[in-house]
Amino acid sequence: MVQFRLPADSRYKDRLGRRHPAPGAATRPREFHVYRYDPDSRERPRVDCYELDLDGCGPMVLDALIKIKNEVDPTLTFRRSCREGICGSCAMNIDGVNTLACTQPIAAVTGAVRVFPLPHLPVIKDLVPDLDEFYRQYAAVEPWLQAAAPPPAAGERRQSPADQERIDRPAACILCACCSTACPSFWWNPERFLGPAALLAAYRWIVDTRDGARNERLAALDDAFRLYRCHTIMNCTEACPKDLNPGRAISEIKRRIAEGGD
Amino acid sequence: MTGYALVDHRHDVVVVGAGGAGLRATLGLAEAGLDTACVTKVFPTRSHTVAAQGGISAALGNMGDDDWRFHFYDTVKGSDWLGDQDAIAYMCREAPAAVIELEHYGLPFSRTEDGRIYQRPFGGMTTHYGKGIAQRTCAAADRTGHAMLHTLYQQSLRHRARFFIEYFAIDLIMEDGACRGVLALDLTSGTLHRFLAQVTVLATGGYGRAYFSCTSAHTCTGDGGGMALRAALPLADMEFVQFHPTGIYGAGCLITEGVRGEGGILRNAAGERFMERYAPNAKDLASRDVVSRAMTIEIREGRGVGPQQDHLHLHLEHLGAEVIAKRLPGIAETAMIFANVDVARAPIPVQPTVHYNMGGIPCNVHGEALTRDGAGERTVPGLMAVGEAACVSVHGANRLGSNSLLDLVVFGRAAAARCAQSLRPGAALPDPAPSAVEPLLDRFDRIRHASGSRPTASLREEMQRAMQRDAAVFRTGATLAEGCAAMQRCHDAFRDLRITDRSLVFNTDLVEALELDNLLGQSLATIHSARNRTESRGAHAREDYPARDDANWMKHSLAWVDATGRVRFDYRPVQLDTMSADVERIPPQVRAY
Repeated sequence: MVQFRLPADSRYKDRLGRRHPAPGAATRPREFHVYRYDPDSRERPRVDCYELDLDGCGPMVLDALIKIKNEVDPTLTFRRSCREGICGSCAMNIDGVNTLACTQPIAAVTGAVRVFPLPHLPVIKDLVPDLDEFYRQYAAVEPWLQAAAPPPAAGERRQSPADQERIDRPAACILCACCSTACPSFWWNPERFLGPAALLAAYRWIVDTRDGARNERLAALDDAFRLYRCHTIMNCTEACPKDLNPGRAISEIKRRIAEGGD
Repeated sequence: MTGYALVDHRHDVVVVGAGGAGLRATLGLAEAGLDTACVTKVFPTRSHTVAAQGGISAALGNMGDDDWRFHFYDTVKGSDWLGDQDAIAYMCREAPAAVIELEHYGLPFSRTEDGRIYQRPFGGMTTHYGKGIAQRTCAAADRTGHAMLHTLYQQSLRHRARFFIEYFAIDLIMEDGACRGVLALDLTSGTLHRFLAQVTVLATGGYGRAYFSCTSAHTCTGDGGGMALRAALPLADMEFVQFHPTGIYGAGCLITEGVRGEGGILRNAAGERFMERYAPNAKDLASRDVVSRAMTIEIREGRGVGPQQDHLHLHLEHLGAEVIAKRLPGIAETAMIFANVDVARAPIPVQPTVHYNMGGIPCNVHGEALTRDGAGERTVPGLMAVGEAACVSVHGANRLGSNSLLDLVVFGRAAAARCAQSLRPGAALPDPAPSAVEPLLDRFDRIRHASGSRPTASLREEMQRAMQRDAAVFRTGATLAEGCAAMQRCHDAFRDLRITDRSLVFNTDLVEALELDNLLGQSLATIHSARNRTESRGAHAREDYPARDDANWMKHSLAWVDATGRVRFDYRPVQLDTMSADVERIPPQVRAY
């Protein structure tokens, strides 16, 4: 039986925390309910309410968070960088769904916009989770080319367009962690279950025709926890903001192991 | 005394930044057996290299006739003869091996039918010295930077490189004119760290966020350039800021030049393919400065599209769904999200948008930082710079598209090779004098407790609007004078800054203030350098000095910015000699596309 204990400071207060009303003349006011946690304060996390005028605010949830930080509350803390959906920094839970704040339109959310950190990770501060475990699982699949033979003396290793197509989508993962932190199996066993992002990375190398370690990779994954904690819930695929399909990649890995590798 | 406890680290080399250049340097150093620390303010795959789209140039000749000497010619011409020809020759000669190395690392390049790396046309890239159109830009669909950055991070993991992630570099530790390492803030714990090293490699990228509208990430604040200025070192060619022709109107997100490489066309309000008038041969694939100026003129003369007639249209509809899905899937996604446009049916609204800094920390081809004093030019012991943070200069007055990813790997590798050759692993690193570190702590403490009246965001916006208005695609002496005055006001207002977040754990309010200080120094250097250079060359277009003036200005600007915001200049000659027997220098010519 799994023990599932939450630390005392992990539950936020039931009622809304501080309220920041919109300026009086707001023409399109909208409430943002944002998770706040300050590790220095020793207080329980709270949810602050910021009312913004959407006139004069960009269209995405990240635009709203930046507007809050710039104009209302500079202590609000979140990661962001590219603001165009490729760096994966601003992954968070918006309106109950893991996604990127920079590509999530405010207009697609009805009512108050609820913004929380990615679920089931230790929170460093506000919307900034600790991703160390996630990164460790990625590194654990040895996500680099392990060729059987040295490369040709001149020129590239050849690969047909059809073979390239098999790695093209899996290699487009941005390591935002939306999938792994949407997965109940990863919530329960983040140290032992690799999680969908790392398994997608493993799959990307398993199907790369240039890689020579397919059987070793499959053997390393053939484990009750590392791979088989996946129960095909498919939250991962549902969550991926890049429309990738880690759920299918995991099924493909299981199938290859069942078929006994090469 | 500020009473901060410092955590000490000693390594042979410390690399600051984990984008393409920082990672290539880091893995080369690790491979060479040097104890290397890579300090980065974001997790490596979040660095802005990830957003590069179109590709990386190299004369592989996979899709037609090519020669690295053609690439050399194009880059010299693209630089408007401000690039150093020895460095350009080195980069273009090394390019094919550098790209093949990335493929051998596992980079998932798009492929030709016979399994080679796919290459597409790009602006300013020609064959036979301008006569034909080259297919030279090696691509992984339209996310080549993503593919490259992830591949380099994977190789760094393989070589067990040591990373210090979400550590913000505050200042260089300088002693007797030499760099002894770097002071950094661990964002997660809020502790200060002193990294001592034989060599510090700055790979901190550009400072696009000095402008209001840019394709650059929020994190592109040129922290290395800011640190160099505070260490009393010069920055080179800061007046040369590249405007990318196709940023999405309003949002500023990049639409790769690869769209035009695949056949995309710019049109004005009359539906005219206006680039035919400005660049009869290359048309939409002229160099970026040329296209951005043409677009600005179209808009200024009333031929822009939209209610404000302030942007233009980029058409891809005629390319067909298959080419779009195969070669430009990321663009289709970005245009849908940020412009609500289905590129198979409608054009993308675009405008010239700040994209790249040709200027930076002056370096030689080994990545060693340079300065000048009474005795002439010398290297700065213990300091290197690579990538967009550096100015080698391979891009001169205007960078060609797909030459930046190349710059990152070629010079990241060169810097690692130089360290491998010149450093002794494990050499002793004595403590620097307290006087080398205390002023840095004082500055940090002052900013951390800033309690004036100007929040960082408001001062940052004032700076960004001034730069956008006064150091734009076209410049005049009058607008630049106004810009210099406006930037001086911004610089002075930094003393009146207010920080609200007083904690040390993940204090992004503080980090944004430190980044703003870095941006302010570089903005001053940029606008003063632009005012100082009384000619037009590459991306620097002076309406009051419309011609290139080789007699007086074929030289690199060096700008120092002191603590009061005063800017001082000196110059370096442009290297016209290729220092190579296998390629002839390209003497200055009229630059037409």
